[in-house]
Amino acid sequence: MGDGMTRQQVLDLYFMDARAKLLDLAAFMDRVERAEGQEDFRMKAFRKTVAVLNAKKNRAEKVLLSFSDPTRPPIATATTKAASGAYPKPSKLAKRIHAAKT
Amino acid sequence: MRYIEPHGHMVSRTTDDYLAMATAGCEAVCEPAFWAGFDRSSADGFYDYFCQLTEHEPKRAAKFGLQHYTWLCINPKESEDVALADHVLAVIPPLLERPNVLGIGEIGLNKNSRNEITVLEKHVDIAARHDQLILVHTPHLEDKFKGTRLIIDVLKNDQRIKPERCIIDHVEEHTVKMVKDAGFWAGMTLYPESKCTPARAIDILDIYGMDQIWMNSACDWGISVPLAVPRAALEMRKRGYAEDQIDQMIYRNPIKFMSQSPKFKLNLQ
Repeated sequence: MGDGMTRQQVLDLYFMDARAKLLDLAAFMDRVERAEGQEDFRMKAFRKTVAVLNAKKNRAEKVLLSFSDPTRPPIATATTKAASGAYPKPSKLAKRIHAAKT
Repeated sequence: MRYIEPHGHMVSRTTDDYLAMATAGCEAVCEPAFWAGFDRSSADGFYDYFCQLTEHEPKRAAKFGLQHYTWLCINPKESEDVALADHVLAVIPPLLERPNVLGIGEIGLNKNSRNEITVLEKHVDIAARHDQLILVHTPHLEDKFKGTRLIIDVLKNDQRIKPERCIIDHVEEHTVKMVKDAGFWAGMTLYPESKCTPARAIDILDIYGMDQIWMNSACDWGISVPLAVPRAALEMRKRGYAEDQIDQMIYRNPIKFMSQSPKFKLNLQ
């Protein structure tokens, strides 16, 4: 870290920014809960990932992995170009169909 | 401050952006071929784009004192159609001789499909046969971790490819280690909403060091910041990095990688 910042210096530099982001996170979760309708897989992944913040170290890496596709084989066909930000775990039925095709 | 923008899609940017970058100390911009935000309908559309990258855009950059380099490919977002990709790949080799072309890029994966991998392998073969540098795009968001592993497998499986002549871009905390451990260069993209913020990019430097790594803005037609690299340099200064370390990160490192192509020569060096 450059010449090495103390923990106090890191707090002085980033605490207010992190506080604002934490508040935004809380307000986002409240906003979702106030809204009508069902959540989708993204919010489920989001709630699971919030718990990762309690990890002892490497939290950023663990947050990214929590949202990631953990599988290894390539998919058969790309049917969209977009990414959603969270991995939608395939249903058992979809898995069976995929397995039958491959 | 002097810096290189090693990854900017300048065809999507304005002359104001060129002016701001030059004012901030940018000496050269390097532009990989990419997805235009819509699918091109034919290989002719790609040929015209490649001519824009090799003929028109260098002149536009030069008006602001910036040198312009480029990389050619069909982007992974348009690689699902292998027949179209084959037509596009056929027009690339003669264009590699053009004076501002550094290599093949930004190739890679988008949704990690079999066809995307097939087209990636074909690009890697062209790069190997023509002794070109390689610039790799890794997928977005939830697809990045899996895609980065697949990309490393493809590159490692081709014995002709030297890892030190490849940069794997858009790394984040969960992919940087695997890229560096495999001997590749790593690129960190500074985006406001996805990829790395400047603070996180500098965290990665804190942890993994400044060897074989660069930062870029990847500014394009989406939400992106053409001055992201000099702004990250200011963040490095706040974090206690010395001016020489900052110069290494934003100037000498990209020069070191791209100088592996004999075409990359800075006028100001």
